[in-house]
Amino acid sequence: MLANRKLILAHFWFAFSVFGVALTLGAWQMFIRSPIGTWLSNPELYYRSLTAHGTVMGYVFPTLVAMGFGYAISEAALEQRLVGVRWAWAGFWLIVLGSVMAIIPIALGRASVLYTFYPPLIGSPFYYIGVVLVVVGSWIWVALMAINLRVWRKAHPGAPVPLAMFANVAGSYLWAWTAVGAALELLLQIIPVSVGLKATIDAGLARVFFSWTLHAIVYFWLMPTYIAYYTIVPRAIGGRVYSDTMARISFILFLVVAMPIGMHHTFADPQVGAGFKFIHSAFTALVALPTLLTVFTICASVEIAARLRGGRGMFGWIRALPWDNPMMLALAFSFVMLGLGGAGGLINMSYQLDASIHNTQWITGHFHLIFGGAIVIMYFAIAYDLWPHLTGRELIDLRLIRTQLWLWFIGMIVTTFPWHWVGILGMPRRMAYFDFGHPAIAPQALSVTFSAFGGFILLTSGLLFLVILARGMRAPQADAGPYRFAIAVHQPATVPVALNTHALWVALMIVLTITNYGYPILTLALTEGTSVPAVYVGAQ
Amino acid sequence: MSARDLFTFRNRHFTAGVGIIAAMLIVTAIAGFIVLPFAQPWVQFANFWDAICSAAGVPQRAANVTAPEQTKRLSEVVLTSHTLSRPSQEAIGRGATLAQRCAICHGPTGISRADSPNLAGQYAAVIYKELHDFRSGARTNAVMSPFAVNLTDEEIADLSNYYAYLPRLPAYHPTPQLPKPNIVIYGAPMRGIAPCGACHGSLDNKTGSPWLEGQSEAYMKAQLEAFAGGERRNDISQQMRNIARALTPQEIEAAAAYYASQPPDIVKAVD
Repeated sequence: MLANRKLILAHFWFAFSVFGVALTLGAWQMFIRSPIGTWLSNPELYYRSLTAHGTVMGYVFPTLVAMGFGYAISEAALEQRLVGVRWAWAGFWLIVLGSVMAIIPIALGRASVLYTFYPPLIGSPFYYIGVVLVVVGSWIWVALMAINLRVWRKAHPGAPVPLAMFANVAGSYLWAWTAVGAALELLLQIIPVSVGLKATIDAGLARVFFSWTLHAIVYFWLMPTYIAYYTIVPRAIGGRVYSDTMARISFILFLVVAMPIGMHHTFADPQVGAGFKFIHSAFTALVALPTLLTVFTICASVEIAARLRGGRGMFGWIRALPWDNPMMLALAFSFVMLGLGGAGGLINMSYQLDASIHNTQWITGHFHLIFGGAIVIMYFAIAYDLWPHLTGRELIDLRLIRTQLWLWFIGMIVTTFPWHWVGILGMPRRMAYFDFGHPAIAPQALSVTFSAFGGFILLTSGLLFLVILARGMRAPQADAGPYRFAIAVHQPATVPVALNTHALWVALMIVLTITNYGYPILTLALTEGTSVPAVYVGAQ
Repeated sequence: MSARDLFTFRNRHFTAGVGIIAAMLIVTAIAGFIVLPFAQPWVQFANFWDAICSAAGVPQRAANVTAPEQTKRLSEVVLTSHTLSRPSQEAIGRGATLAQRCAICHGPTGISRADSPNLAGQYAAVIYKELHDFRSGARTNAVMSPFAVNLTDEEIADLSNYYAYLPRLPAYHPTPQLPKPNIVIYGAPMRGIAPCGACHGSLDNKTGSPWLEGQSEAYMKAQLEAFAGGERRNDISQQMRNIARALTPQEIEAAAAYYASQPPDIVKAVD
């Protein structure tokens, strides 16, 4: 059993509880703007709900999962006592405080600015300060991960860092640096306006700052999922990691190329030069590389498991896989959604193709499929895998777990496929109301209705997930043994220094941020007359 | 295993990592800043530097394009939610004295009998903005402009505070309350028209937008038509003109009649 199970359980329970609330809000939003809902005559309520949904799902939930999982990895993979437990609790409570502080103004309708802030919309300062506290809390975790690795290195000079910890620390560094963009936007631009020190804001510059955060944050969300692919799944299904080196290369590639690509979110923004948009677009294409490497390595790892179980033939081994194992099921679902969502992502990142789907429902469909689908389903898997080691009790009801995973997969497909489709038809995103009685959009009513039903399926699955975890807290006691990670076919005895440390890749990440963001940020910051009056939410 | 072993060109991982990234950057920069700008046959560049500056997004004005001449004055008022938020009693008193000259049209209690706007209890920011615009010429009216032209900044603030301080009384000519028309609560999404209520009350209120309940139907209709026809142009970024131009005459009638029929005591309590 893990020594810091209370700490990790606190992170997971808070994460999954707020996830349950945000999921309910999400399902309500799908319903209320679909033809089956009665229009509630107040778009402000919709945006309030949307802000809460985004803030929880984007900032609170994945950050806490990454943190809780990170503490578990640090303890189990390094096989040493977690250094800085008190600090870890401080980080946790900062996040709780920040979440409460942010959610109150949202609930009061004083911060309906959506989680992407969208200046010149300005909400209550408590909302932004709450978000800052969440980020600061998570930075404590980043520091703790680095410190724990350092302590381990001192005790094991020259030894290869366990893959799970290597990847975990890479993810934490990525988060530390990518959060700087939004932090600069909040601290230098939004909060001064929000507390009344200034009345105008450079919305273009703010959008560039936010794009710094907005893409790499997705890879931070993705990290626990990829760590689970490499270090949990092969062990859980009885296989081996096909290549430890390939795994390390994937993670360092994420570190380097996930950062300098965010401007593909601002393709339609006039304040950014086309040359920079092109560079960002090209680097975004590169980020497909670590994912393709991962898909290859994991398929090979899974094949090893299948062949060990007696699988034969070119594709015959697929049948020999342990399909009743929830981890296998989660991986398969995650890969299908990753493949489909990734293909959609290639469309978003290309300058020309993006023009046809920019700011349409396609985008919302895309990030729900990738994040809500491929990533979150592995969060479920991580929780299921860790639960017996956290509670000292067995999760017995595998059938219920499989049902939950199936429902999530089906729900996500039913929700996001029509969502993509209406986006191609031109339906804009961030709208509280659609007049489906109008002949021009009446044909989209059916697709949106399907989508809403998908939302209900997801809600059912999410609640089932919480029920399974809660029941797991009361199951009969059983010792799950030490928590182990998958081992590679060729466990490395030595690893080149470049693949055993992060310094080179962190340096490249920072250099690329400067080359790709430096000039646009500087010109926007130094150009006069680019600010616009702030629009205060809920103010008269 | 130290930083010195890593950050050296003797380490092939370092050389490969830095080399590949640098090569990528150079190739994409050449493509993005030189090749692609010149690949656009419809854009002419004087030289390479011109193309690079254009692709980098350097703020510049094309030499052969002159900025359109601005003949009409635009509104220069900046409003925030803090504008005039805490008036003193003295300011309100001075405003009351000044307001005596407004009473002939806007009524001694701020309720008009002449199809002018009712000002009693109107948001201070709204009166503040309109008076500034009348004074600067961004908004013109044969009757109002001469009154506003000699007002000082302080007098405008005092008048705004005074009228905002007055209680909202039922309109002078109330009609039976009408049901909410679609244009007020839904707008017309397919024509890009936000609901009236999203800014003017009923649903939400935005800084600088007046509440409209109980105002004169003739006045509101005339203003919407003035926005649509471009005679009134003191709305920032044409937000009202864009809406008014897209409204049908029936929608203008419906919105004006609806708001005129509402008693002002149902103004959404956001202040």
